[in-house]
Amino acid sequence: MPDLDPAVDYVQLLTPEGERVEHPDYSFDGDDEAIRGLYRDMVLTRRLDVEATALQRHGELGLWAQLLGQEAAQIGAGRALRRQDFVFPTYREHGVAWCRGVDPLQLLGLFRGVDQGSWDPTEHNFHLYTIVIGSQMLHATGYAMGVQRDGAVGTGDPDRDTAVVAHFGDGASSQGDVNEAFVFAASYQAPVVFFCQNNQWAISEPTTRQSVIPIYRRADGFGFPGIRVDGNDVLATYAVMQTALQRARDGGGPTLVEAYTYRMGAHTTTDDPTRYRHSDEVEHWKLKDPIARVESYLRRGAGTDQSFFDQVAAEAEELGVHLREGCKALPEPVVTDLFDKVFTETPAELEAQRSEYADYLASFEEVGA
Amino acid sequence: MTAPSQDFRLPDVGEGLVEAELVSWQVAVGDTVQVNDIVCEIETAKSVVELPSPYAGIVEALLVEVGTTVEVGTPIIRIGSGAHPSEFVPNAAAAPSAEAAAAAEAAGDSPGTLVGYGPREASTQRRARRTGSARPGQHAAPTGPVLAKPPVRLAAREAGVDLRDVTPTGHRGEVTREDLAAPAAAPAPAAPAAPAARSFDVPPVQYTGRVTREPIKGVRKMMGQAMSASAFTVPHVTIWTTVDVTATTRLVARLKLDPAYAGVRVSPLLVLSRAVTELLRTHPLLNAVWDEAAQEVVLRHYVNLGIAAATPRGLVVPNIKDADLMTPPDLGRAINRLTDVARDGRTQPAEQQGGTFTITNIGPFGMEGGTPIINPGESAILAFGTVQKRPWVVSADGEDRLAVRDVCTLSLSFDHRHVDGASGSAFLAAVAGSLVDPSGLFS
Ligand SMILES: Cc1ncc(C[n+]2csc(CCOP(=O)(O)OP(=O)(O)O)c2C)c(N)n1
Repeated sequence: MPDLDPAVDYVQLLTPEGERVEHPDYSFDGDDEAIRGLYRDMVLTRRLDVEATALQRHGELGLWAQLLGQEAAQIGAGRALRRQDFVFPTYREHGVAWCRGVDPLQLLGLFRGVDQGSWDPTEHNFHLYTIVIGSQMLHATGYAMGVQRDGAVGTGDPDRDTAVVAHFGDGASSQGDVNEAFVFAASYQAPVVFFCQNNQWAISEPTTRQSVIPIYRRADGFGFPGIRVDGNDVLATYAVMQTALQRARDGGGPTLVEAYTYRMGAHTTTDDPTRYRHSDEVEHWKLKDPIARVESYLRRGAGTDQSFFDQVAAEAEELGVHLREGCKALPEPVVTDLFDKVFTETPAELEAQRSEYADYLASFEEVGA
Repeated sequence: MTAPSQDFRLPDVGEGLVEAELVSWQVAVGDTVQVNDIVCEIETAKSVVELPSPYAGIVEALLVEVGTTVEVGTPIIRIGSGAHPSEFVPNAAAAPSAEAAAAAEAAGDSPGTLVGYGPREASTQRRARRTGSARPGQHAAPTGPVLAKPPVRLAAREAGVDLRDVTPTGHRGEVTREDLAAPAAAPAPAAPAAPAARSFDVPPVQYTGRVTREPIKGVRKMMGQAMSASAFTVPHVTIWTTVDVTATTRLVARLKLDPAYAGVRVSPLLVLSRAVTELLRTHPLLNAVWDEAAQEVVLRHYVNLGIAAATPRGLVVPNIKDADLMTPPDLGRAINRLTDVARDGRTQPAEQQGGTFTITNIGPFGMEGGTPIINPGESAILAFGTVQKRPWVVSADGEDRLAVRDVCTLSLSFDHRHVDGASGSAFLAAVAGSLVDPSGLFS
């Protein structure tokens, strides 16, 4: 089997065995209490993901995009944000949504098809999920250029200077939009961090076929720094993102961060990965599980006692119940609401279409019990 | 605890799938299940998927037989407090007949929406009012478009029926095929009669007198397609040779004690595999493939060694990728893993693709030789016969004498379009020679 570990370096601060290691340029500045917080985030995020996957199998969701295996990349990136930073996610950023305070039930609403994303992006500084591969990169770059024009970069005020994060996948790196975003961000020195979760697969297409060089090295050609981090190491991801975000806030321009990770599950609940990848590969990555290594550090390195783990497990159980029950109780959509999300002030013509459509719907009668 | 029983309906696990086959039950009536315990495995057009239980409780009934294909929305398992054990198992929903399905649809209980069965169980259904209070400008009947699926529209056109004259009884006011037959306002169809109760332990086969008809599907279907495609497109030639492999059995005994092979189940198959991967380098035609479409013979500079394996579900041929680059202990481990996985029925499709040469080990069945069929995409297949003690003439110091030796037969089928008798024989002779004297293989 080919060696799956990149021969080239990536930033790692916590080994798969749970040992902390030094890196010349990056270090994790939190204490063990902070690491316990990251552990809790990851466990709850995984639970949310597992529960949502099960809900899809129960027939309660139309679809779910699993993040299993990518918890460290997402929690590391999500927790490095400051309140005023703004995030543009793909469709898989459930861990980042968690860090931004979005109720996971709202994620379920989207995948149940009862709404089109019901959280207020401006309340959470977390944009709606984007399914069109790569388009959010341009949105993020444009937003970052707006931040510049608002003068919210390089003032030295830690509560004002703003960074923008654009999430994307290894597959998206082949899209024109992504490359255009790189060009604009570089030309304008926009305060944006491009965060690529290289989970090795774009549905059934391996990264190695998408890019003949490691993705982070593409940044060179566009004229900004690129760095690769062990995306299954939450401490390293946090540290690298913290640096890249600060650089953006300070007016230093864009950074490309490649988080080297693995999609342990299927692309979505519709996909069957056994048709295109080997079980050996999955087994290999299981040994690099992002949560297991933090747990083993906390138990051995930080002497955390069992009651902490029990408590997190109990919280996860509660979250599971919250999601199961809450999902089934999500309100059915009112079809005419569609008309309300188009314009700030609904024009008369649309108003007329809405009432016509309401009449049409009213022409149906209730049958059955 | 007397919570009412709840039926879990077959969900749409893909996007817009309409049916799935029940592959296996992981629980039995009387078992206690927790929420999200796996209850069964289903196979859709897209994948094989395990279904977790949405309910906690006791399994009261399995409503669908293994091997049956059922529509999305069909109740498949009943879970409750155990207070309502089913003496009968209705099997109601399994493979509903077309009429039953249409009637069910007309009665409004078709799963028009594919998610969220839970809340909808209690909610009402809607259909168009027969005598509409339609206002001008509305898109609804009677002047607006009539709802009907394309095949029904076609049937109506062919029958010369104007859809607007038909009283719709379908879901959401849709005209169904049955409605066409009764264009004059038909009475709403009666609820479908409950199908007769049927005992559950009937095997999923149909008895038609003196024969049993088993559906061709799954591994058997794949085996059938692969074998007939190969047998009827590739001109096969089979040759064989019987040799003294005593030195190989001694080598196997020695390697078993070698610490480098700790944990490896060393067997003559490992020695043969090693011989094949080494010799394919110098006999590239045997590791090639005839590409009819491109009118090319594709020589491959790597060996993905297939090992044919009998599994509970039939024949599978997983292969070891880049077997020629492996050290002998790694090759041994790879063979062990491949056969273990195959025996457990866990071989994944990707592991069966891309093979370049196959060994079929017929020794464990006690067979000496055969005329194996080439795995599609390859040029040759080697059958490894049983190793037996036999009287054998050995020559030493110019003298012939009879001895008891370990002997086996190797049978090679090859694609005679590009591998001629001389090349095939040269390869088989070289492989046989390596088993007679394997000393060079493991140095
Ligand atoms: C513009 C566009 N093209 C194709 C698709 C279909 N599609 C959905 S996900 C996906 C693969 C994306 O892979 P990657 O960027 O690696 O992200 P991952 O899903 O692995 O997180 C594709 C091709 C799409 N949604 N949008």
